[in-house]
Amino acid sequence: MTAWEAVIGIECHVELRTASKMFCGCQNEFGGEPNTKVCPVCLGMPGALPVPNMRAIDHMIRAGIALGSEIPAFSKFDRKNYFYPDMPKDYQISQYDMPLTQGGVVRYWLEDGTMKECRLTRIHLEEDTGKSTHAGSTDGRIAGSAYSLVDFNRAGVPLMECVSEPDIRSAEEAVAYLEALKRTFVQLGVSDVKMEEGSLRCDANVSIRPIGASEYGTKTEIKNMNSFRSVYRAIESEIERQIAIVESGGRVTQETRGWDEARGVTHPMRSKEQAHDYRYFPDPDLVPMEFNAATMEILRSTLPELPTARFERYTKQFGINVKQATQLVDNAQLADYFDQCVAACGNAHQCVNFVLGDLSRLSNESGTPVYYSNARPEYVAEVIDMLEKKIINSKIAKELIERIWEAAGSPRAIVEREGLSQTSDPGAVEGFVNDVLAANEKVVAEYKAGKTNVMGFLVGQVMKTSRGKADPALAGELLRKKLDAS
Amino acid sequence: MSSETIDVRYVAQLARIELTDDEVERFGAQLGNLLDHVGRLAELDTASVPATAQVIESRNVLRDDVVRPSLDRETVLAQAPKRQGAFFRVPRIIAEAE
Ligand SMILES: [Zn+2]
Repeated sequence: MTAWEAVIGIECHVELRTASKMFCGCQNEFGGEPNTKVCPVCLGMPGALPVPNMRAIDHMIRAGIALGSEIPAFSKFDRKNYFYPDMPKDYQISQYDMPLTQGGVVRYWLEDGTMKECRLTRIHLEEDTGKSTHAGSTDGRIAGSAYSLVDFNRAGVPLMECVSEPDIRSAEEAVAYLEALKRTFVQLGVSDVKMEEGSLRCDANVSIRPIGASEYGTKTEIKNMNSFRSVYRAIESEIERQIAIVESGGRVTQETRGWDEARGVTHPMRSKEQAHDYRYFPDPDLVPMEFNAATMEILRSTLPELPTARFERYTKQFGINVKQATQLVDNAQLADYFDQCVAACGNAHQCVNFVLGDLSRLSNESGTPVYYSNARPEYVAEVIDMLEKKIINSKIAKELIERIWEAAGSPRAIVEREGLSQTSDPGAVEGFVNDVLAANEKVVAEYKAGKTNVMGFLVGQVMKTSRGKADPALAGELLRKKLDAS
Repeated sequence: MSSETIDVRYVAQLARIELTDDEVERFGAQLGNLLDHVGRLAELDTASVPATAQVIESRNVLRDDVVRPSLDRETVLAQAPKRQGAFFRVPRIIAEAE
C-alpha cells in the first residue's frame, strides 16, 4: 500500500495595525457603526486621490526583514480589476509583479520541539474590501438571498498577503506555521492577528503524492477556515478525501473547496464560468516606492529578538522544555520579564518555576500582569539567590514571593528584618527537634513501633515550631538520629 | 496587432458592457486601429531604456498615519442608488461561495 504525504501551501491575509486606513485618513478600527469610517477615497469617488500610509509600508518592511525576505529597491502598486459590490472602485489596489517583499523563510516548531522551515514566496500589500451581509434569505447564505447589504468601514484597511511555498506536509505543520507567523507579527506590532475579528484569514492549497515523489499531485484550494482549529480540521479532512479518491482509482479535480465547520467536510464551491482575468496594471494614482539599502540595514539592526530565536535560546541555551518555552514566547512581555529575572540571578530554571508558577498564579488571581506587578525582577532574583545559597528554604521563598507581590520591597531586607533566614545551626535546630519530640510522645512511640512514615509529620512540626526557619533536611537528619539512637 | 486577435465580446464582458453584433464588428475594427497605432512603439529601439510604471518622476509620496474625519453617514448614503438602514443595498452578490 502506498504511503502518502501532503503538500500544502498557505496564503494568509493579515490586517495591519495602523491608526488610519491604507490610502486615506479614515480610522482603522474593528467594529463601529456601519459606514461611519468612510470618505471619498475609500468609497472610490471619482477624482479622489489615494496616498499610501507610511506606517503600513514600514510594517511590511519590518515583517519582511524579520522573515528574511528581500526588500527590493523598487516597488509599486497595481490595480486588480474585478467587479464585486463590496469593492466600491471596481478594482482593488494591490501589488502584482513588484511586491514590497520577496522570498524569506518562516521558521517554526512543532509540539515535540522539532524545528521546521517554510519558504515564503512573497508578502505584498493591498487594501481590504467592505463587508457584505446577504439579506432576504432564510439562512444567511448567498444563494438564497435577494440582495446584499454593504458596510465599507473595512474597505481600504491595509492588508498584507503572505504567500508560502508548498513546503508544509501536514495539518499540524500548517497550524504551527500560522502560529509562528502570528507570534512574529504580534511581537513586531504590525498586527493584532485576531482571527475572531477577521484580522487573519487564510486559504490552503492541498495536494497529495506518494512519499518520496518529486512531482506534485493536483491541488485543491480550501477556503472558509475561521480558526486555527478549523485550519487543522479542514486540511486533515481534505487530505483524507484526496487519498480516498486516489486509492479507489479516481483523480482529484483541481477546484476551490469550502470548509463546512458544522459538518466537518470540504465541499466544492461553484466556480465562476470564466477564469479570473484581473487585468493588473500599475496604478497611475500612486507613485512608485524606492528604498535604499542603508535604511534597510538600520531597520534590520533595530529589530527585537524574534519569537523563534527566543524559543531556541530558551530550549537550547537554558534547557527549558518546549511547553514552558512556548508559554513564555507567546507572551513577549512576560518573556522580557523572565529574561530580566535570569539576568539578575543567573538561574533560568528557578526563574521559569517562579514566573510560570507562583507569579502567574498570583497574576491570574489578581488580574495584574506579572510584568506590571510590585514583584520586580530584581526582587524575584533575590529570592532565588537566597534560596540557592540556602539562606531561606522553599517555603519561605514562596511566602516572600507573595510578600513582594503585595508590596514592593527587597525580600533580602524582609528576611533580615524579620529573622527569616533558615537556621542551619545544628544547635538551634536540635533545640526545635527536642521540643517536638517532647511534645509528641505518642507519635514517637508509633515511629518506634515501625511506623516510620510519621517522619514527615515530625519534620513538619519542627518547621512549625521554628516558624519555617529550620533547614528541613537538617531537621530530618537530627530527628532520625535521635529516634534511632534511643 | 489586428482586430482578429481581439475577442471584443470578451473585453466587453469584462467591462460589463452589452454589445450588438454591429457594435462588435465596428468596435473590433476600431480597437484594431488603436492597437496598430500603439504598436508603432514596438518599432523603437528601447534596449537601453529602463522599464517604468509611471511617467512622473516622484517617488515615495507617502502620508503619516494620522486619522482624519470621515464623512457623515447620511451624506454618504444619500449618494447611494439604494440603501437600507445604515447600509448600502446592492444587487445580490454573484453566487461564489456555494
Ligand atoms: Zn476613507
